[in-house]
This record gives sequence, structure tokens and C-alpha cells, in this order.
Amino acid sequence: MSEVYKYEESELLRFTTAGSVDDGKSTLIGRMLYDSKSIFQDQYDQLKETTERRGEEGVNLALLTDGLKAEREQGITIDVAYRYFSTPKRKFIIADTPGHIQYTRNMVTGASTANVALILIDARNGVVEQTRRHAIIASLLQIPHVVVCINKMDLVDYDQTRYDEIQDQFEKFATKLDVKDIHFIPISALIGDNVVNRSDKTSWYEGPTLMYFLENVHISSDHNFIDVRFPVQFVIRPNTDEHHDYRGYAGRVAGGVLKKGDEVLLLPTGFTTKITKIMGPDGEQNEAHPPESVTVLVEDKLDLSRGDMIVRPNNKPDIGQDIEVMLCWFDNNKPLQANGKYALKHTSQDVRCVVKEIRYKLDINTLHRELEDMTINMNDMARVVLRTTKPLFTDAYRKNRITGSIILIDEGTNSTVAAGMVI
Amino acid sequence: MDYNISHLKELESESIFILREVAAQFEKPVILFSGGKDSILMVYLAVKAFAPARVPFPLLHVDTGHNFPETLKFRDLLVEKYGLKLNVGYVQDAIDNGHVVEEQGFNSSRNGLQIYTLLDELEKGKYDAAMGGGRRDEEKARAKERFFSHRDEFGQWDPKNQRPELWNLFNGRKNFGEHFRVFPISNWTELDVWQYLAMENVPLPNLYLSHERDVIKRDGTLLADSEYLDKKPEEEVFKAQVRCRTIGDMTCTGVWESDAATVEDIIQEIATTRMTERGGRTDDKRSETSMEDRKKEGYF
Ligand SMILES: Nc1nc2c(ncn2[C@@H]2O[C@H](COP(=O)(O)OP(=O)(O)O)[C@@H](O)[C@H]2O)c(=O)[nH]1
Repeated sequence: MSEVYKYEESELLRFTTAGSVDDGKSTLIGRMLYDSKSIFQDQYDQLKETTERRGEEGVNLALLTDGLKAEREQGITIDVAYRYFSTPKRKFIIADTPGHIQYTRNMVTGASTANVALILIDARNGVVEQTRRHAIIASLLQIPHVVVCINKMDLVDYDQTRYDEIQDQFEKFATKLDVKDIHFIPISALIGDNVVNRSDKTSWYEGPTLMYFLENVHISSDHNFIDVRFPVQFVIRPNTDEHHDYRGYAGRVAGGVLKKGDEVLLLPTGFTTKITKIMGPDGEQNEAHPPESVTVLVEDKLDLSRGDMIVRPNNKPDIGQDIEVMLCWFDNNKPLQANGKYALKHTSQDVRCVVKEIRYKLDINTLHRELEDMTINMNDMARVVLRTTKPLFTDAYRKNRITGSIILIDEGTNSTVAAGMVI
Repeated sequence: MDYNISHLKELESESIFILREVAAQFEKPVILFSGGKDSILMVYLAVKAFAPARVPFPLLHVDTGHNFPETLKFRDLLVEKYGLKLNVGYVQDAIDNGHVVEEQGFNSSRNGLQIYTLLDELEKGKYDAAMGGGRRDEEKARAKERFFSHRDEFGQWDPKNQRPELWNLFNGRKNFGEHFRVFPISNWTELDVWQYLAMENVPLPNLYLSHERDVIKRDGTLLADSEYLDKKPEEEVFKAQVRCRTIGDMTCTGVWESDAATVEDIIQEIATTRMTERGGRTDDKRSETSMEDRKKEGYF
């Protein structure tokens, strides 16, 4: 007795994995699942059987994430696959994105909700073009923590000099990036060194194992707790005798801490009022933090609707119809159209927009700003200016990943064609 | 500033967000209710998401006619307790009207037949979003499923044409005649579901807990004896202390020998048996498409 209560305290951590093909990503994920005892007996038996059938020795842990790999080998469109495991301390969600060069869009998708990015490097190859690409994406998407796993240490005799060299290469280049928290860990995914269990072959390394890091990295401050942002998602009106005049504004706190009794400003109307009640999933509560889903009630009878935002009077987001964003283009069929019109989603707002200007295309291997060739194809990134049909309430993406992000939708096909980070 | 939220509360918050998003983005959503713990969880979360108002969507149950009586009783109590609207589609009707043909033989089941009734009900009800209790941890193929899964006008899923999902932004735009399947509990694992149900003290059908029942043994699996089950002459009925890990059609839902008397016992059991929900039916000829699987195929 009683695991439940222990689990009640465990936190959720989301991470992405990135590496070039054959750097050992599948092996590493398999190793984490296996060493943390997250594989069930029947899965393990299946794995063993498949390994034997293929005429390989032992148990090939990479096969655990085989689904994606088979597709990759056949050259089919690949996506983000989500995998789950937990230890008594934390539950983990892995956004597993294929390492192929073309899949910037998948990496961006996986990165959008991640607390941590794992970037794999093959110790024999050191920092390669793809490593830089992955680090740049982690930086653009503002993943709070980056762990550079220098893998296949067994193939370089666990040599500290080689490890230092690679760390040096990475750090030199990382000075150009906007990553707050970078760690390096020497590992062998195949053998298991420093993944879950500490290696006795890297006595020169004093840092944590990868799993220890993931279980302990401080993530509770990854949200913005300063600037109150509450996008109204849905209006709850019971229309019953018992709750005759009830009007609750339901939503997920995007920033700051809402408190009962707080004076708040409503956007776009500009009225001020007071929070009279906050209802959470378990009833009334005095405060609400990101990422809680709550229902807020206010003092005055004001008519808020989906797309409106509750903020504090002295702390407003940027309000306007012109926004500048870093876009990642997703569409396979059509490049970004200068002067093109798209549907735009931002928090709970739905508006339309026109592409006013493409400022430059960003080379995501070098951060070079391309001004000549401005064709923005799938997997390209570009800085653009958009004009929207209605004012948006935005923050810089650096400040708030929720109020600073948008997606664009092709109005003809309804596909999501781009993701954007507000500058 | 520091604020810790537990993983169960974060999952709860995410699912409530999705449920509200469905209410905001679609005109006629429906909850697909199978009677199992995942759909019970979904209903429970929907109640929380819209309180004190009623859940703004009806439930749709596809009744194979071979349900455990306990399932139907529980369903009706749940509907009454929360003032929900329930629609039932009957597989028997589709058989009687000649739309589908009943399978014959010892391992026959009505699982495959549910798909017809489901699609028919969705069309009749003009539902534009059908919410299911599918989870990404259930099997490899589901690992890439979206929260908002787009279906074309034929109800088909095109894996190449799914929309990327970033941040909190879900694109539910569609053309006339198309609809969505939505999976509000995508990110929950089997263990998360049980832990949450225990933490919140959510009432569950007693089928999930250990009870004495008449069973037969077939291909290494225990099956509940019932009037719907065609038995071979050599198959003997005996009593056993069992529980269900999934709840479905009586003719093919395996039961497990278990002493788990509370949800916490179930959590312990899962932690120690280390078998996936879908495992354990390895000698079942239809294990690749076990009950829950086929249901998912049809339902999702
Ligand atoms: N020697 C050694 N080989 C490794 C290690 N990690 C992965 N490999 C091997 O490298 C190859 C590619 O690994 P895989 O996990 O499939 O790479 P992925 O393409 O990044 O998923 C496989 O043959 C692995 O066995 C390691 O730490 N040491």
C-alpha cells in the first residue's frame, strides 16, 4: 500500500529525442524503457523472438520503437510518435521524431510541448550538420532544457579527451543560440552506460546519469507564472433554476496566477472587474496556475466570449493586428504565398490573416538569413509579418509559449500549413 | 515562483481542455461509450469539464446484444446520475435488417459487426465529432494518433493526411460531410487511468474486481459462461475467482483469475504482472485482433 498516494505526487515531464539516422536514438529509448522496467513481459518476449528471427544476438532494444523505423526504411511520411513510461518519481512522455533530414516539421511539432530535448551525437562523428539543426530548433522552440547525449562512448574507448572535444565543439556553436540550460552526458545506449545505471568506465565524468537528470531536472518553473493570461475557451451557462445567473468562463491558465478577489482586465472590451470565484475540477479553489483548466467567475455581468482574454490591469499583452513571427512551413503541396490569406489560430481565437511581408528565410543549419531565394517550402523557416482581421493578444514566444504561438490553416484544404512563434 | 502539479492532475487538465475544445469547435459532438473504464473516465472528466452545467454531448453506445448485464446496469445508472442523454445503436437491428451477417462457429463474435452500426448511427445523428477513449499507449500503431483525428466523408482515416498538433492549438476545421474522431485521454496510460480512478474514488462496474463466476477454458484463456457462448462438448463449466481487464462482448472477453478486490489491488496487480492489457491472450487464435482491438478498429 499504497502506490496511488506516491503517484499523486509524481510530475509529468515531456521530452523529445533528436539525432541523425543511426546515432542510436531507438536504442536509447529502448534502453530507457528496459532499464526502468517499463517493458512488460509479453513485450519483452516478443522482442526476443523478433531479434532471434532476424538472426541477431541478445535482445535488440531498438526494435521497441520499430514502427517508425520500418516506415522510415520504406520512405513513407513519418510523424511524431508518442511513447510513455514512468518511474516512481515521474511520468514521461517521449515525442519521438524521426531523425531524417527532411523532418524539421516533425521535430518542431514534438518540440512545441517539450520540457527537455535530448540531442544525440555519435562520439565517433562529433557535431555534424544535423546536430546544429537540432540545437537550433530546440532554441527556436524554446525548449527549457537541452541534454546533449554523446553516445557510443564504447566505440571511442570511453575517452575523456574525445568527449571534451565534442562538448567544446557544441558549446562554441551554442553561444549563438538562445538555450538557457545545456547539459552533456557520455553514454552508451547499447551497453547502458550512464543511461539509467552509472558507468564504471567513465570515472572522469561526475555528472548525473541521463535518467537521474530526467527525474530531477527542475521543471516546475518552465511555465510563466508572472504575467496573468487566461484565454476564455468556453462559456458555461447551466440555465437551470439552481444556477440561474451562472456564467462561468472556462479555460486553461496560459500564464500567471489567478487569485480570487483579484482585479482583472478583460480584453478586448477593456472593462475591469473582480474575480469572485475560481472553480477547478475538484470544486472551488483560491488560485489557479498554468497549466490548470478552471472556470472563472467575475463580479460584474459582462459578456465575455471565446477568444477573449482575462489579464491584470497593469500587465497587458501586446494588442494589435500586425504580428511578426518565425514561421515553420509544413505544407507539402504549396509554398508559403506572399500576400496569401490564411486562417490563423492563436489561443482560443480564430481569425484570418494576410502575409504582408517575408523578411527573410532562415537557414536552420547555419542561422544564415537568406534574402535572395524567398521561396518557403515544406520544412523551411522564415520570418514574416502578418496582418490579422481582428486584434490578437500576444506575448513574445520567449516569454510565453502559449500566448506566443500560432498556427496557419489553408482555407481551401483546412490543413495546418504552418506553425509560428511570435517575435 | 514554483508550482507543482501532479501528473494525474496535469492529464486531467489536458483532457478537460480537449473536451471543452470539442464543445467549442464542433456543432454536434458525441461520446462513444463502450462500458469500459476508459469511457467511464471520459464521462467523468466531461462532467467535471462543464460543471455545474450538464455535459453538452450525448453518449452513443453500440450494443452488440452480448453485453455483460452488469455493463448495461452500470451504464444506465451513470446516465441517470449525471443527467446524460444516451443513444443506443443495436447490432441486432442491423442483423435483422440484413445489413450485416452474423458470424457462425465457436469463436464467432459480433465485434466486426459493430462497425456498421456505429457508422450508421454517426450518420443518422449527423454527429461531426465522435469522442473515444483510445489511448496512445495501447499499441504501436496508435502511438501516432492525434487528439483531433480527421476523417473524410467516408469515415476513413488517412494517416498521411493528419494535421500536426502543436502547443494548445487544435485544428478542427472540416468540409461539409467530414467529421472528426477525438481522443481526450490520448496521453493516459493504463496505469494512469487506474491511479486516477482510485485517487478520485470513481465508481466502476464490479466486473473489474474479483468475483466468482462460471467460466470455461478455451485456448488457455478463461471465458465467462453465458447463454451467448457456444460451447464445445468437451468444454466444462467451472467456478473461478476472476475479474475482467477489459469489458466487452461476453463471447470473447477473457476473464482473469485474480483476487484484486479494490482498484488499488488492481494497480498492484498491474505493477507486478507486467503484462500489457492486450497481452496474455497469446494462444488465442484471434489475439492479434482481440475484443478491445476490434472494437477500436470499428470505433476508431
Ligand atoms: N557500439 C554502440 N552501438 C550503438 C550504440 N547505440 C546504438 N548503437 C548501434 O547503432 C546502430 C543504430 O542505432 P539505432 O538505435 O537504430 O539508431 P537510430 O537510427 O538513431 O534510431 C545500431 O546498430 C545500434 O546497435 C552504442 O552506444 N554503442
